[in-house]
Amino acid sequence: MDRVPILRLGDCLLVTVQVDMHDQLAMTLQDDLTNKIVDTRARGVLIDISALEMVDSFIGRMLGNIAAMSRILDARTVVVGMQPAVAITLVELGLSLPGIRTALNVDAGLALLRTMLARSDFGGHAD
Amino acid sequence: MNRLASRLPAIVEQHQKQIVDTWVQQQLESGTWRAGRLQETQLRDEAERFLELLSKTLKSGISFEPRSPQWADVREFLSELSRSRAAQGFSPTQVATFVFSLKQPLFALLRSFPDDAETVANTMWEATLLLDALGLYTTELYQLARESVISRQQEELIELSTPVVELWPGILALPLIGTLDSDRTQVVMETLLQRLVATGSSIAVIDITGVPTVDTLVAQHLLKTVAAAQLMGADCIISGIRPQIAQTIVHLGIDLSSVATKASLSDAFALALKRRGLSVTSAATQSAHRA
Repeated sequence: MDRVPILRLGDCLLVTVQVDMHDQLAMTLQDDLTNKIVDTRARGVLIDISALEMVDSFIGRMLGNIAAMSRILDARTVVVGMQPAVAITLVELGLSLPGIRTALNVDAGLALLRTMLARSDFGGHAD
Repeated sequence: MNRLASRLPAIVEQHQKQIVDTWVQQQLESGTWRAGRLQETQLRDEAERFLELLSKTLKSGISFEPRSPQWADVREFLSELSRSRAAQGFSPTQVATFVFSLKQPLFALLRSFPDDAETVANTMWEATLLLDALGLYTTELYQLARESVISRQQEELIELSTPVVELWPGILALPLIGTLDSDRTQVVMETLLQRLVATGSSIAVIDITGVPTVDTLVAQHLLKTVAAAQLMGADCIISGIRPQIAQTIVHLGIDLSSVATKASLSDAFALALKRRGLSVTSAATQSAHRA
């Protein structure tokens, strides 16, 4: 069965979504990721969707769910690498992915995670 | 394929010189020829070349069809003619008249032959069919040439009106000029997002100094662009909001609170630098500190 790879990058986790997501795969990813966050005591999650040419409301909700779950486990989530065409389609559909932070690429996402984490360490609000 | 049965090919071939003379003379006399745009010599040259090609093609005995290979030379000549006339600003009537006006000298010539009435009528009918087809073909080509000019200009206009410039590494500016409609917004959005990815920029300044009016539709388009950029992880700042436009925005009840707005591009640039953790200091004060 397909699985979405989750790589460890220091105290962060990198999730690279490379195949079209369907219900079962999304469930497995949520399971794997929450387990991995607990196991590795990760503070941040980067979700790379640069290979996705289509993002619908289902994937939008899944991303939101992952962000919320990670937040409960004290990890921040940043979605990186969205394609221009995907962004335009989402806006046209009126889906603005509330509660999800985004960055242009993995580098920018990692930098954003670091600043978010630094702020939250001082008791500030991370979002 | 219809074959020409009449004496038309022979007549055209034998009296080429005479036809050209009367034809050019008539075009010069009629109002359709515009003084100053075309030299008489050029007109004569074109008439001679056209008749030459026509006579050569007529000899093959095949009536005009837009796609028949025998007429390729004539077609090419006509397409070149209508393209150059379209570029020079001639009207479609004037371009088509070039072909239609050939009827008069041709018919005059036919009438002077001692044929019986039926033969003359048949030949005339054939000549009419041929010249009408050629004239309409010319008009069609003229239309195509004009349309290609218009569509090229439209494309250029869209390209020209949406430049994305890099103000600083990581900071893009998008100076919008002219009214924003749905089509343009689409192009603007695409160009901006593509440049964001290409340059890895995290901040985009959208300057609307050149946008004459902002109504609810324009504002919605702006907000869409901002939302799309935010989805990709870039922040947008809208600048160049004139006092009048600020009033309009409030009167219309447009909510721009989700995006940073600045009055001038320089203010927006300063904010963008600050967000990237950069600052600009005067070189004079710096050297004074050092001293």
